Amino acid sequence: MAEPTELTTLTAAGLAGLIAAGEVSAVEVTRAHLDRIAATDHRVHAFLQVDTDGAAAAAAAVDAARAAGQPLGPLAGVPVAVKDAFTTRGLPTTCGSKILEGWRPPYDSTTVARLRQAGLVVLGKTNLDEFAMGSSTEYSAYGPTRNPWDLNRIPGGSGGGSSASLAAYQAPLAVGSDTGGSIRQPGAVTGTVGAKPTYGGTSRYGLIAFSSSLDTPGPCARTVADAAALHAVIAGHDPADSTSIPQPVPDVVGAAARGATGDLAGVRLGLVRELAGEGAEPGVVAAFREAVDALTKLGAEVVEVSCPHFGYALPAYYLIAPSECSSNLARFDGVRYGLRVGDDGSRALEEVMSLTREAGFGPEVKRRIMLGTYALSSGYYDAYYGQAQKVRTLIARDFATAFEIADVLISPTTPFVAFPFGERTADPYQMYLADLYTIPANLAGSPAISVPCGLSEGLPVGLQVMAPTMADDRMYRVAAALESAVPPPTPPAL
Amino acid sequence: MPNETEPTPAAGISRGEVAHLAHLARLAVTDQELDTFAGQLDVILQAVARVGEVTAGDIPPTSHAVPLTNVLREDEPAPCLPREDALSGAPDPAQGRFRVPRILDEEE
Repeated sequence: MAEPTELTTLTAAGLAGLIAAGEVSAVEVTRAHLDRIAATDHRVHAFLQVDTDGAAAAAAAVDAARAAGQPLGPLAGVPVAVKDAFTTRGLPTTCGSKILEGWRPPYDSTTVARLRQAGLVVLGKTNLDEFAMGSSTEYSAYGPTRNPWDLNRIPGGSGGGSSASLAAYQAPLAVGSDTGGSIRQPGAVTGTVGAKPTYGGTSRYGLIAFSSSLDTPGPCARTVADAAALHAVIAGHDPADSTSIPQPVPDVVGAAARGATGDLAGVRLGLVRELAGEGAEPGVVAAFREAVDALTKLGAEVVEVSCPHFGYALPAYYLIAPSECSSNLARFDGVRYGLRVGDDGSRALEEVMSLTREAGFGPEVKRRIMLGTYALSSGYYDAYYGQAQKVRTLIARDFATAFEIADVLISPTTPFVAFPFGERTADPYQMYLADLYTIPANLAGSPAISVPCGLSEGLPVGLQVMAPTMADDRMYRVAAALESAVPPPTPPAL
Repeated sequence: MPNETEPTPAAGISRGEVAHLAHLARLAVTDQELDTFAGQLDVILQAVARVGEVTAGDIPPTSHAVPLTNVLREDEPAPCLPREDALSGAPDPAQGRFRVPRILDEEE
């Protein structure tokens, strides 16, 4: 019962190959994953919504297309789990919040539309911290997701549901969104792969907005090659997003294949002095150092680089992201969608709005809205938001300088392994520290990936590879090379 | 990492200020929440105020990592979301529109 079936342990590439060859049907693959979800999700709680009927229909459509001799995309028939921050037409979308409970969006996000066009089978919607604000899923209004490695520990956040679904073999692929580390940190603490593409490389259309200058959809998978294949499906210019980059997608699939040969001769890895372990657990630092040694044995050259302003990335982020969130979440006013509270005919709009937002938002969302309102208010704007934007410029310059002497930069993904529930909720700033190493790439808009690099006290540790803007292929090459030398850990049976 | 001995700009946020912020943000917070949030926001603000340690006088601000400006689509008619779809999630649609509670107070 709790052992994954053979089909659910295969990679996305493996499943796609079997489906294309007619050795297994897409319907069988989907049913195996739906059965796995049914058998395990009462313990993991990765999913907020399972679309049993929709998934079966999508899989049957792939089988019919194959039978009719139509060409199939490289991931056709492969199931995928979708973070509940992306709109799905007709399928409930909550963003982890009570304010959107029961909402059925009238349109698909670009990410989901591209998954469907490519023949991927959407299994359902995965859990997240409310409005993607958090590092543990403990801020989800629907209860936390549990880490398949240890059900008493957090799966990371905000996209803990997506990453946990991979580690639980409920799905071979998942999509997430990364604003300050919400793909990479869950990947690190669940022993899976998570990539944040270049900002603007993937479309934000239909991704419920948290911090618009930072939000980036991206792929999650159990292998680097699978993440690259999913990246190729969802990336690329979208006229519906005015910040979408009108350039070709880097060849991430080819780069992952090249990296898998294990040859990194001539690649310069920048070891960021400011991210080399300050505030990190000793076991995380030890696993990271061993991984660096492994990369060196593959031919890579390690150079130390300094990014002096990275120490200010976390404070700058926790001014910029809440400021943008306070503006973005003003749309939840009880008029056009979602909850409305207190409209008994006696109250005016403003009071109904305040009662609705009070009832519909959880504590972390309220904290960030108020923090952002404060940072943007006249009298404080220059000292907080304005200064944070200048720090953002300096961080981008630090990256540019570092990339003059290194092809990619590396660091641990997150300072600590999966922590027990409740350990960091009493002091919100302690939770924010989970993002210490992931935030610089968000502020600069550059791509970064987390790849498993070993265990610390039996729990997964992630290594982060950061690349220059629109050079996403470089990070896949290095990540795939590391994966070939340090095989990803196998999670315990549930 | 920055020098921890550097003085940080005075942060500190009072319960009254939090009440004002909650009003601006249209959050009908409870008295108990005001106490909780005042303490937590104080801790967070003292931490984030460290951005003030950076000498950044002439540094231009970055609002956005992608240098795209004036992104416009062709001005051509195209199908858009049908009205019934746009209203499908509204808490109180009426006569093909969003019905809202009264906007003015009785005395205004």
